[in-house]
Amino acid sequence: MARRATPEVNAGSMADIAFLLLIFFLVTTTIEKDKGIARQLPPKEDVVDPPKIKEKNLFIVNVNRSDQLLVEEKLMELKDLRQAAISFLDNGGAPSGSPEYCNYCKGKRDPESSDNPDKAVISVQNDRLTSYKMYIAVQNELVAAYNFLRDRESERLYGWKFTEKSKDLDEGKIKGEAAKEALQEKLENVQKLFPLKLSEAEPKKSGS
Amino acid sequence: MSKFTKKKSGELPAISTASLPDIVFMLLFFFMVVTVLRDDNLLVQNKLPKADQVEKLKKDRSVYIYAGKPSSRYADKYGSEPKIQIGDKYTDISNIKFALTEARQKLLPELQDKVMVALKVDEKTNTGMVTDIKQELRDLNMLKIIYITTPGNEISQ
Repeated sequence: MARRATPEVNAGSMADIAFLLLIFFLVTTTIEKDKGIARQLPPKEDVVDPPKIKEKNLFIVNVNRSDQLLVEEKLMELKDLRQAAISFLDNGGAPSGSPEYCNYCKGKRDPESSDNPDKAVISVQNDRLTSYKMYIAVQNELVAAYNFLRDRESERLYGWKFTEKSKDLDEGKIKGEAAKEALQEKLENVQKLFPLKLSEAEPKKSGS
Repeated sequence: MSKFTKKKSGELPAISTASLPDIVFMLLFFFMVVTVLRDDNLLVQNKLPKADQVEKLKKDRSVYIYAGKPSSRYADKYGSEPKIQIGDKYTDISNIKFALTEARQKLLPELQDKVMVALKVDEKTNTGMVTDIKQELRDLNMLKIIYITTPGNEISQ
């Protein structure tokens, strides 16, 4: 009697099974892409003696409950906010020769506006009934103003854009510890030229 | 001589599909690896505001807070007032500290000090609610927050 060979298992349906699984995972996959505006909250402690900020170094952005903007006591459209913030931060109004003189500012040097970027503070006041959409839009414009100025300075000092390099650092595109540290230091240098000084007032009760 | 004459059948040979399972398996493994099954079941409406000056979120060290109106499914039961959701359930503003501490304990121990709070708030919510949450976070000393947004810009529309 001839020895019967074991019949080969038919693998033709393998592809079908794999396709089925593939489609299941394709459908359930949500590739996480959460991005947002990061903020550091001020720690909770009673400031006994709040530092005095001169009127001219303060840029007040007020948002009312119907989402209208009042910037420095003038009504403003959202699209003009970025430019207004840039010209405030970049003003450099301190007279040349004084210790506060800002030698990299390219603004109007208006003595009525901010002395230098280190002194300049942007204060955002919201109503409790302001929509979150508007709140984020305002924050976004103000961060954009800072990023614009930081990009300009890093372009001048190092020849690359601040936002691009810090993104590269975040995404791990910079290889090697030494390179990372060197870049970190340069980024901090640029940050020091235009430190992010955004203050948020406690929101007022609605109707005020 | 007949040894070298080619068979002239005229038909094209069938394309071998033997490597198809391999290709499909490769894709399958890719999707299996990148898949994260949703761990939070959304109970609130969550249409995020737009922004373009954004940073990436480090997911391993973050705690999520959702806020917004209850989804249409739950609207009859919970009304239409904005609510806060942490984990899988609604949380009251007074209870938020407890819920956050609980959520933080689920993270890796070495990352618990570096925790970042991701706020996923519906764009129609009032800022007042966000402020209340921020006050609670300051009490808890969780000071790093990130407002999660979607790409885009409010002005260009």
